[in-house]
Amino acid sequence: MNQMPKPEKIRCDACPVMCYIAEGRTGACDRYANRGGRIIRCDPLTILDRRLAKGDEVKPFLAARWDGARVSGDEVVVSAIGAGTTYPDYKPAPFIVSREIEGADFVTVVTEAIFSYCGVKVKIDTDRHLGAEAATVRADGEAVGHVMTSEYGSQMLSLGGVDHLTGGTKDEGRKTCDALLRLCNRQAVELTIDGGSSVVVEAGAAPIVDGQREVRMRVGCGSATIGMFASQWQGLVDEVVVVDDHITGVVSEHQAGKVIGWPDTGIRILGRKSTPGRYFKVAEPGLGWGGTNIEDPLAILGPWRAAKGAHPGLSLLMVSTTGEHYGYYVLNDALEPEARPMPAALRPSVELIAENCEPSLCTVLFMAGAGGSLRSGVTNNPVRLTRSVHQEATRVTLGGAPAYLWPGGGITVMVDVTGLPDNAFGYVPTPALVAPLEFTLSRAEFRRLGGHDASVRALGDILETGGEYGADTRIVGAGK
Amino acid sequence: MMVGPQAALLPDGRRLHLQHGPIDLIIEVFGPARQACYDQAIARFETILTGLVAELPALRAPLVPGAAVEGHGFQGPVARRMAAAVAPFKGIFVTPMAAVAGAVADEMLAATIAGHSVPKAYVNNGGDVAFHLQPGQTARSIGAAGPIAIGFCDRPRGLATSGWRGRSHSLGIADAVTVAARDTATADAAATLIANAVDLPGHPGIERLPARHLAPDSDLEDRPVTTGVGPLSAAEIDLALSSGTRLARRLVAKGLIDDAVLHLAGQTRAAAQPLQSPLEQDHADA
Repeated sequence: MNQMPKPEKIRCDACPVMCYIAEGRTGACDRYANRGGRIIRCDPLTILDRRLAKGDEVKPFLAARWDGARVSGDEVVVSAIGAGTTYPDYKPAPFIVSREIEGADFVTVVTEAIFSYCGVKVKIDTDRHLGAEAATVRADGEAVGHVMTSEYGSQMLSLGGVDHLTGGTKDEGRKTCDALLRLCNRQAVELTIDGGSSVVVEAGAAPIVDGQREVRMRVGCGSATIGMFASQWQGLVDEVVVVDDHITGVVSEHQAGKVIGWPDTGIRILGRKSTPGRYFKVAEPGLGWGGTNIEDPLAILGPWRAAKGAHPGLSLLMVSTTGEHYGYYVLNDALEPEARPMPAALRPSVELIAENCEPSLCTVLFMAGAGGSLRSGVTNNPVRLTRSVHQEATRVTLGGAPAYLWPGGGITVMVDVTGLPDNAFGYVPTPALVAPLEFTLSRAEFRRLGGHDASVRALGDILETGGEYGADTRIVGAGK
Repeated sequence: MMVGPQAALLPDGRRLHLQHGPIDLIIEVFGPARQACYDQAIARFETILTGLVAELPALRAPLVPGAAVEGHGFQGPVARRMAAAVAPFKGIFVTPMAAVAGAVADEMLAATIAGHSVPKAYVNNGGDVAFHLQPGQTARSIGAAGPIAIGFCDRPRGLATSGWRGRSHSLGIADAVTVAARDTATADAAATLIANAVDLPGHPGIERLPARHLAPDSDLEDRPVTTGVGPLSAAEIDLALSSGTRLARRLVAKGLIDDAVLHLAGQTRAAAQPLQSPLEQDHADA
């Protein structure tokens, strides 16, 4: 048997096995290895080619076949995906890349940042009532967030955050981390809201509320719809009610009807009148007409008043704010509405409402704060980086996607997860999410901030020899 | 950073690829229930690795001998499959880890097709394959000695291969030992042990290192694992293969495995009848 000194072993944290890996060997997965006392990854650093956006084929990139010229320009963004991370962050971020852009020597500091303060804001385009404000949102039974203030045509959820990740039980933290990870990686996640609905959320896809796929987002509330379409209905029908959980509109009473001389009809709406022709709370919120619990729209009507203009033969159109539900009625001799087939002349107005609706989508914004230790991966003086970011001398991106920087102290950013490449997010068992994070600034600015200038490397060098976590790189979207 | 379980359909649109840490699976289900089965596979895969990791230290040690304990003291279904697979190999050093790949394949296959009538399905875990067959169906593989075909009437539902050139470390010098058994976990454990037995102890042309030098966590601890095999004479090859074949035939005779094919330096030995079923071949794929 060969004799050799027992080599250094190090522990890999890439998967739950947590292998100890001997020098020069790979872990059980053959994906991570120990070279010279460092864990290197055999998965390559991801280089994003902006040509990807033009729909070019995605091909793996091998350094050996790199022609050297392709990455000199502005078409390649070095992303932090696969860059690896350092935790706690006491050493320079794994990749600090220098490249030429329009004569300026730019520096992109690339790291995969660990965010314990992070979460997602979810916007769900639906008028349907999903749950009361501040109601608890659960994934797999555990509390992962809450319902926040609704927006125009959308319900909003705030999920994750440090309290759910590390402030609750172990299971709560684990399931929160899992839900966040899947939402950020654009997978579908089923959420349930206490006292409300269940909703399947997938970034960039239509929400599925209580098993029903949402299709359209309303053009406006019931009152706004009356305002937009009153003149188109004039002469075709005697009365129009736009049913909406927020504000139900009645054309004959509404200002928009009055100004074009719409006569009274003697209609009576069972709801709380706001201003003429506008009614709050015609029903309870639900999955029926216009986000209410109404299945039969006639349920919101009281007895018709002949003294105010109701008469046999009077025609009535009832429609929801998305045009998904509609009905046509004619008053009989007892002044009771009876359902009739809708005249062809009215159909275009209903279709126009539907057409003016936008497709319902779920959007997921990842929101996180870059802590002091992470910033020190970039410079020796973290607060200078914060100031530089706020002065827009340093640009912050996540996986190449532009991030919105929240004003005020610290570096708190929001990014649309659909702007990042596939599976850009990971996690550590803390639990916390890992996301790619890039700071881009001029080299002069970098030096001014007290950057780790000695660690700056040319882009070509990174592509050829790799960084802390390995020599392999790939360019995503480097189609010729 | 930690990467969770990954699932993707391969570009052919038929096969499912699942990966988490060291587990890499290719799954194919035939018939109309394919998508429903893949949904089940993905759901089960979520916790396969984390479930295993929970009991990893005990799985890296030989089973505790003596009174039979429920599940050999293990809780997880995969861990129990591993323990059950190595339990019959009394008198030979083995830990449940010898069956890990096969046990994962068996567990995933069971979860994938549960509740569905599927004509044929397989779970390939890095060369260790669990398969399911209905009458008339045949599982086909290319082994080092040629094609392998296993039909519905044949007993094996698992194939596994072990050798020093593979991903796991071997105490022997076999290039590859392929075993067919009733389940993949058993085939995996048996292939490991037969490959260990194909050996020429003390031969100067064979390089070995303590397992822990290569993988500090290895269940083989300081046992010498093969890192290189120099030129061997025809007589040496025959001697090494005979040693392995003796064990293989004993395992076949005990009914633990159905067949084994051993390879070393271009030479091949089979323990029982060829892994071919002429009966099934006639109406296979009909």
